[in-house]
Amino acid sequence: MTLFLIRRFAQALFVVFAVTLIVSWAVRLSGDPAVMLTQGAGSVTEQDLANIRLALGLDRPFHVQYLGFLKGLFAGDLGNSFMGGTPVTVLIAKALPATLILAVSALLVSIVLAIPLGIRAAVKRGGAEDQVIRIVSLAGLSFPNFWLALMMVLVFSILLKWLPPSGWDGPTSLILPALTAGVINTAANVRLVRTAMLETLSAQYIMVARAKGLAERVVLYKHALRNSAIPLITYVGIQFGGLVAGLVVIERVFNWPGMGSLALDAVSGRDYPVLQGVVTVFAVLIVGVNLAVDIVYGLVDPRIRTE
Amino acid sequence: MRASRFSLRRFLALELVLGGFLLAVMIGGVLASGWLFPDGGEAMDLKARLLPPFVRAAHPLGTDPLGRDVLSRVVTGGWISLTVGFWSVLGAASFGTLVGLVAGYYRGLAETLLMRFADVQLALPFILLAITFAAIVGSSLPLMIVLMIVSQWVQYARVVRGSVLSLREREFVQAARAFGLPDPRILFLHVLPNAFGPVLILMTLNVANNILLESSLTFLGLGVDPLVPSWGGMLADGRTYMQTAWWITVFPGLAIMMTVLGLNLVGDWLRDNLDPTAKVP
Repeated sequence: MTLFLIRRFAQALFVVFAVTLIVSWAVRLSGDPAVMLTQGAGSVTEQDLANIRLALGLDRPFHVQYLGFLKGLFAGDLGNSFMGGTPVTVLIAKALPATLILAVSALLVSIVLAIPLGIRAAVKRGGAEDQVIRIVSLAGLSFPNFWLALMMVLVFSILLKWLPPSGWDGPTSLILPALTAGVINTAANVRLVRTAMLETLSAQYIMVARAKGLAERVVLYKHALRNSAIPLITYVGIQFGGLVAGLVVIERVFNWPGMGSLALDAVSGRDYPVLQGVVTVFAVLIVGVNLAVDIVYGLVDPRIRTE
Repeated sequence: MRASRFSLRRFLALELVLGGFLLAVMIGGVLASGWLFPDGGEAMDLKARLLPPFVRAAHPLGTDPLGRDVLSRVVTGGWISLTVGFWSVLGAASFGTLVGLVAGYYRGLAETLLMRFADVQLALPFILLAITFAAIVGSSLPLMIVLMIVSQWVQYARVVRGSVLSLREREFVQAARAFGLPDPRILFLHVLPNAFGPVLILMTLNVANNILLESSLTFLGLGVDPLVPSWGGMLADGRTYMQTAWWITVFPGLAIMMTVLGLNLVGDWLRDNLDPTAKVP
């Protein structure tokens, strides 16, 4: 078990390292921040640009800049934003909770919707209800999440005027973005719950549970759902990356002050330290969740460890 | 039992029929767009700006703020989506399959590298990679396709490697080896045809996925040129007018949904028929 943990941990570290390297290399190909900073500032000489580069440390070779970034990373310092000089950690500390609230709410929405629907479809396998649930959940995977976001705004904010369309106006602002992200995830999860339940329901202990006269609700939710939980937990872990990535676009539609908005603004401003910081935090988050899932999985199912 | 199995079979056929129908309508419309709408959705009718849909026969789905016909822009805009979907998947599937064959057949270093690549890919969501790179060359269609290939070939490689690992031990492959057939011939004529089912499924689902990704990126202003009609671009334009003109944002989204749903239905049907053991939905 210790060896398994060490190996998984080393792999996770490698992944985070590789991601930061790719991103800091890519981000420096993407144009000159000195030019971006001086846009609209009137007459700018070549000397001014050189001075700005010097001040931002952009004149140094790439490997020096990257090593500096790594050193800071271990010290909990991600550098300062090129725009206004705010420490990146401060910006992220503001944006990350907003994104996490959104991600967790979306997960909750999708779990609450997906489990009963998926179980229903599995129980009625092949029947009309199953077909409707399957087709509708497939349809739910078939439009872009930002379009659903726009449609939500159209219906609930513009037509019905129930909910604020964007920004942060108290807790009601959370409803639309969380529902949007949650509904998209539900579509995928319903199919997953259905598949996992179908497999479990054919097991003999389910037949036993039914034979001894347990209520169908107890059989489904206590016996079958528990035994289907492992593949579900794993998949929620894998999904986490996709969920977070989807939030980037949803945040933009709702003007949600989270990591996605921070990243998009950083790209348009060529704000390397911010973008680098955001992507690193995302990578650590995703790798961390997957690592946690793997460890839980390894604890629950001893066969995985020996692989 | 017999009755339920029968209705399930009918349902599978329904998936194929519905999916095939949606795809035929959408792809047929887009392919015929040059002939149906010779102006490419660019003609402006300044006397009929922001015309609601279903009012005038000349503009069945209404017009946008510049008086351009929404229907012809939706049909023409499909070109971008289909181009991106087709080329990105063709590129990623060819390269990924090749790597998967080599890694699964020869094992060793190629295999180790591949699996580590897969880990990295999992941690770096495509959209973050794309917004980072889209800022480099500016945004362009070829760049987007290349990025999709770079970030998706690993999926094909993993799937192919998995199948090859078990196929290489099978009798017919060992027989081919015993006959002294050259490796490329064994790989392409004997191993590949038996590993192709899952690849085909993945291709169908990824065309769908990439059409969604393209529209997201274009919507964010990081995809194709905003002057070219595309579904994501139309949605971005229409967003400003949502208060007054809902039809500009509704119809391009419906077009995306019909195309992608068609692909997903066909992909689902393929999965049920070619790869019944697949675990992930």
